[in-house]
Amino acid sequence: MTTISSASAAFTGEDPGNRLFGPVPDVTGDRGYADDHPARVGFFTDTSVCIGCKACEVACKEWNLLPMDDAEGTVDALGLTGASYDNTGMLGANSWRHVAFVEQSRAVDLPMPTVGLPGAAGGQRPLEDPPVVHPQVPASATTAEQSAPLQTSSGDREIRWLMSSDVCKHCTHAACLDVCPTGSLFRTEFGTVVVQEDICNGCGYCVPACPYGVIDQRQDDGRVFKCTLCYDRLTDGLQPACASACPTESIQFGDLDALQARADERLAALQAKGVEGARLYGRDETDGVGGAGAFFLLLDEPEVYGLPPDPVVTTRDLPAMWKSVGAGAAMVLGLVASAFVGRRR
Amino acid sequence: MTAGEAPEGSGVGVPGAGWRRADGPPAQDRERRRRGGGRRGGRGEIPMVDEAEFTSYYGRPVIKPPVWKTPDVPLYLFLGGAAGTSAVLGALAEGTRRPALARVAHLTAGGGALASVGFLIHDLGKPSRFLNMLRVLKTTSPLSVGSWILAPFSALTTATAGAHLLGWFPLLRRFTGVGAAVLGGPMTTYTAALLTNTAVPSWHEAHRELPFVFAGSAMAAGGGITMALTPLDEAGPARKVAAMGAAIELAAMHRVEHGHGLVSEPYRTGRAGKLLKAARGCTATGAGLALLAGRSRAAAVGSGALVTTGSVLTRFGIFDAGMASARDPKYTVEPQRARARERDTAGSGKAAVTGAGP
Ligand code: SF4
Ligand code: SF4
Ligand code: SF4
Repeated sequence: MTTISSASAAFTGEDPGNRLFGPVPDVTGDRGYADDHPARVGFFTDTSVCIGCKACEVACKEWNLLPMDDAEGTVDALGLTGASYDNTGMLGANSWRHVAFVEQSRAVDLPMPTVGLPGAAGGQRPLEDPPVVHPQVPASATTAEQSAPLQTSSGDREIRWLMSSDVCKHCTHAACLDVCPTGSLFRTEFGTVVVQEDICNGCGYCVPACPYGVIDQRQDDGRVFKCTLCYDRLTDGLQPACASACPTESIQFGDLDALQARADERLAALQAKGVEGARLYGRDETDGVGGAGAFFLLLDEPEVYGLPPDPVVTTRDLPAMWKSVGAGAAMVLGLVASAFVGRRR
Repeated sequence: MTAGEAPEGSGVGVPGAGWRRADGPPAQDRERRRRGGGRRGGRGEIPMVDEAEFTSYYGRPVIKPPVWKTPDVPLYLFLGGAAGTSAVLGALAEGTRRPALARVAHLTAGGGALASVGFLIHDLGKPSRFLNMLRVLKTTSPLSVGSWILAPFSALTTATAGAHLLGWFPLLRRFTGVGAAVLGGPMTTYTAALLTNTAVPSWHEAHRELPFVFAGSAMAAGGGITMALTPLDEAGPARKVAAMGAAIELAAMHRVEHGHGLVSEPYRTGRAGKLLKAARGCTATGAGLALLAGRSRAAAVGSGALVTTGSVLTRFGIFDAGMASARDPKYTVEPQRARARERDTAGSGKAAVTGAGP
């Protein structure tokens, strides 16, 4: 009787099964699917090999027939942000993949160890990097040398580009799903989070509930849209469109367990090579959303890419909210009743 | 101190190995300041949390600001509260033989509930699918729980108000009135959970106080409206309710405006700050005037109008403050960054920041 235990967790705050917060080993089974449900799938997006080609964005738009929009989500508008090569701007109802572009610089006289090729320590690089093979780097690293091709120096400054293809995180504790009053958002048998467009009534509650700012309302339609992790393709045994289109395997699709193991290996390899700032984001099952189904390898702080540094699912605090709501309601009833006591008039 | 010496896994070294966004003066200023100011920071000292260190993706919001429209949603909040309190007042007035107060309160409750439902439906992206709200009952969704409160409440209050207007079914009216009163309490506060159960920083952080603000505000509004419309000799309870409500609203709102550090700021600045200042003025003056409202009908009308206006302004101000806190990434990033840094310094940040050192 999963629904009933969930009910009590939100109201009582007694949550031994981590219904609201904390790690959940089998989120699909936990939400009521029979034991033979498929393994939980997800994405490992390795931004260190992303070349910013936006093939994922295009593939997603084409497969899902998403309307054209500008960087503010205005449908059928063409717009340039003027800030970078990123004219998609953000995830939204019409952009379910979004490649972030960050151009960074630093002064070379900073007492920093230089990243990259042995022998190129002075910051000067040959225009063409010779192909480098690192036995300890997993095969996924198809672009020759990580962060080095994206890094170049000019004068007293070094420049690098960070690119990262963002997507819905398919959270273990998905706030969007928790708050949806119609049951339009649901957990699939693959452990992903999907909107049923024939049920959504456009209440918009999921929009500010998502701690990552993923899901959004389509202006002329009123309903909300987001990445389905290609639910239609998964049920037919296909890979998601974005992952199939990615030429560098920056977007890796697969069973979440396998992806997590691969990501740990990849992080260790990068760290062994001295790549500064490499970290996994959304990998940790003890984080605020119970770990993400789509997680990332980043090269800088999450907020640099527009990601929240320490997101927490809002429903973690729902028991405290219901408590205050109940106390407030009782207070109103009590105080209004007290106003009728005593002297008439 | 160099990055090589940065304490392993602590993230207290030079953030991002000195990389800054290369987008013109602000980024470079920041860097110059850092370089000119000499190397600061060692283990245990956390100098990186200051304003200059706040980064975002081209200033874009991290979370999506609510798509809820104004004035629809603030009015829905206000009307639901006013109707909730009025329903309680109406049932008790009926039970204590105050027919004029009962009539006014029940009509207010019915009208408020209907208008509140109207604004809610109007705000939906697909109004024709309003009934999907009652498709399931989810305790994790304040909007679902709220719909299950609002639907029977508006049915009962409309029935009660209709019976008053037509003069029919006086006995049945008592039952529907009592039923509405029981739901009237939760009606005043569930809307607070609706706002706080989001990622909007200034709403979420105030999740313990906002239900009390809404309760006080609802009492002020319900009491204020009924006090203004009821003859003096029956309006005593309404006056008391309005005065108590105003006091609670002011006290609880003070904690929201000052108790949460950075995320309290949107309540004091910009348009929200102005609205809430005006709200304070109206509510406090109205509450003061309520002391005279037992003697003069004019004072009762003035006082009622003022506390009601205060309640409306409070709802608009809270709504605005939340929107402002959602639009500016600062309010999302800075508290989370401070939290993450604290955890890392405490030494348990295994996955949040790995790789500050090889
Ligand atoms: S990232 Fe946002 S939209 Fe995606 S599952 Fe998590 S809460 Fe929902
Ligand atoms: S907008 Fe649609 S999907 Fe989002 S919470 Fe409302 S009904 Fe659910
Ligand atoms: S998984 Fe499918 S829906 Fe999601 S971003 Fe990729 S292509 Fe788009």
